[in-house]
Amino acid sequence: MKLTHSFGAFALAATLALPAFAQDTKVIGVSIPAATHGWAGGMNFHAQQAVDRLEAVYPQLDFVLATASDPAKQVNDIEDMMATRNIDALVVLPFESEPLTSPVKAVADSGAWVTVVDRGLAIEGIEDLYVAGDNSGFGKVSGEYMVSAMPDGGKIVAFRGIPTSIDNERVAGFEAAIEGSGIEIIGMEHGNWNRDDSFVVMEDFLSKHEQIDAVWASDDDMAIGVLAAIEAAGRDDIKFVLGGAGMKEMIARTRDGDVMIPANVTYPPAMIATAIEMTAVGLTSTAPVSGTFVIGSVLITQENAAEFYYPDSPF
Amino acid sequence: MATADTNPKPTMRLDLKVMGPILALVVLVVIGALMNGNFLSAGNITNVLSRSAFIGIIAVGMTFVITAGGLDLSVGSMAAFIAGLMILVMNGLLPVMGVGWPLVFVGMLTAIVAGTAAGFINGFLITNMRIEAFIVTLGTMGIYRSLVTWLADGGTLSLDFGMRAIIRPIYFDGILGISWPIIVFALVAILGEVVMRRGAFGRHAAAVGSNDQVARYSSVNVNRVRMMTYVGLGVLVGIATIMYVPRLGSASSSTGVLWELEAIAAVIIGGTMLKGGFGRVWGTVIGVLILSLIGNILNLTDGVSPYLNGAVQGVIIILAVILQRDKKAEG
Repeated sequence: MKLTHSFGAFALAATLALPAFAQDTKVIGVSIPAATHGWAGGMNFHAQQAVDRLEAVYPQLDFVLATASDPAKQVNDIEDMMATRNIDALVVLPFESEPLTSPVKAVADSGAWVTVVDRGLAIEGIEDLYVAGDNSGFGKVSGEYMVSAMPDGGKIVAFRGIPTSIDNERVAGFEAAIEGSGIEIIGMEHGNWNRDDSFVVMEDFLSKHEQIDAVWASDDDMAIGVLAAIEAAGRDDIKFVLGGAGMKEMIARTRDGDVMIPANVTYPPAMIATAIEMTAVGLTSTAPVSGTFVIGSVLITQENAAEFYYPDSPF
Repeated sequence: MATADTNPKPTMRLDLKVMGPILALVVLVVIGALMNGNFLSAGNITNVLSRSAFIGIIAVGMTFVITAGGLDLSVGSMAAFIAGLMILVMNGLLPVMGVGWPLVFVGMLTAIVAGTAAGFINGFLITNMRIEAFIVTLGTMGIYRSLVTWLADGGTLSLDFGMRAIIRPIYFDGILGISWPIIVFALVAILGEVVMRRGAFGRHAAAVGSNDQVARYSSVNVNRVRMMTYVGLGVLVGIATIMYVPRLGSASSSTGVLWELEAIAAVIIGGTMLKGGFGRVWGTVIGVLILSLIGNILNLTDGVSPYLNGAVQGVIIILAVILQRDKKAEG
């Protein structure tokens, strides 16, 4: 629904704009996963914001935004953009690396600019610009915070996301950072970046373990489920829960000094906006933007939380 | 010889057909108890039964739909949409009505009305417009899932913080140490069992599912029975949502994902025939418990890699159904 609407609107805009800019109008296709969880919802919001803003700034640019609910749909979206809109550049956040690699390569082979965001493709060197989140850095910053918050070590349980390379890199970074610190992971399960799943897993962790000193929830949606389970069980052995990704409700609680949520680690969904902006700059100016741009994960504590609070974002 | 051999077989099969799900449940409980000392603690049992209640309440309604030869794929999305609607209505009326139980009742009423309406829409399209149940509910599944994403603007709908404190006891409190979701699940299951076994409606549903032409000639109002199964399921989805919203006080596009398949799986594990004609509500309850116990046991033990959780679930589901295999299934 959303897709056809966007396509329709842009197609209409393109038709209207065609006489005036027939010669020098360039089309940027943006293909992203649909808002199936909180982080993706934030990413969709920022993509839409960036497109709206850039269309006003650059009259010579047209944007096609498509959201896909699965990898196959995303492949179709990209093929449609190639066939019907003759895109000059593609900004893509691949649903999964493998299935998207060859369609994106076809776009690159046609001579269009390709910007890949967050998840890398299976073959290196296809994209002109790679705007990447730092997943192993995300795990490392989280682990380092755990070590600093628990100088004497302790027992923690850890929550993983949906089994993907993103999740593996985060966990590997985390485990490397806490190695030798005396912090022991006594339980690790997949909460699938989902509140309900994490609630259920945390209930079971609380039944299984008599003493848990802290929780690495690794994501704010999961942290909300974990906190609800702890509250329901009435347990006071858990000193804090470390989420991640910077959901605004959780940032607000950190800012307001909630002892259970003393910190957060960013993995900004707005990186899609960075990618769209840089692509637009590349197409409209002589400024070089090719290469790899890594967006670091930053530790948020009560001191700097206010800077990371975006009231308008749905995430 | 041949006749002597075939005689004991039907009784054996019949026996296993009834005992299959119970046997699987008992085996799971024994495994759980051996694996972890806390498995049979009051806390863990309460957790497992409470979290089973959402799927359980829905699965009881699904038993009637499947018995009458239908199917409903939309229940998970419907639950998410109703949860979102319930939260929006309560948040919206908060300035007018203030924080308190009257507003909670308005929220509950919203859920029941929305569930009834959603069930009616499915039933109307299936019976009056004569569209396949699979297609109708596949369509409404997508519609409700999109609607909740749209209502939440791609994010999460959260209940007002003050209201959350009022509504929380619906999931976490109860009477005599038995939490409300368990009580409601038990009442719905008992009522469902009575209607299925003793009520005319249960017989009619089975007749429609078995052979709707014969049922029609036997003066059963086939369309009305079909319609009532979908409306009943919609109401139960509403009730399940009333239990769900108080737990985390939020709804998003990831709420209720795959609930429809869990509910259908529970119904089939319980011995109801997927093609209709025979339904067993108590079996459905056992099926729901089997599904949640698998997850619980996997969380309480370290033996299995979390990557394999789905595989373990799949094997146990198939085993539970093999135990109650029936001649008809082979033909």
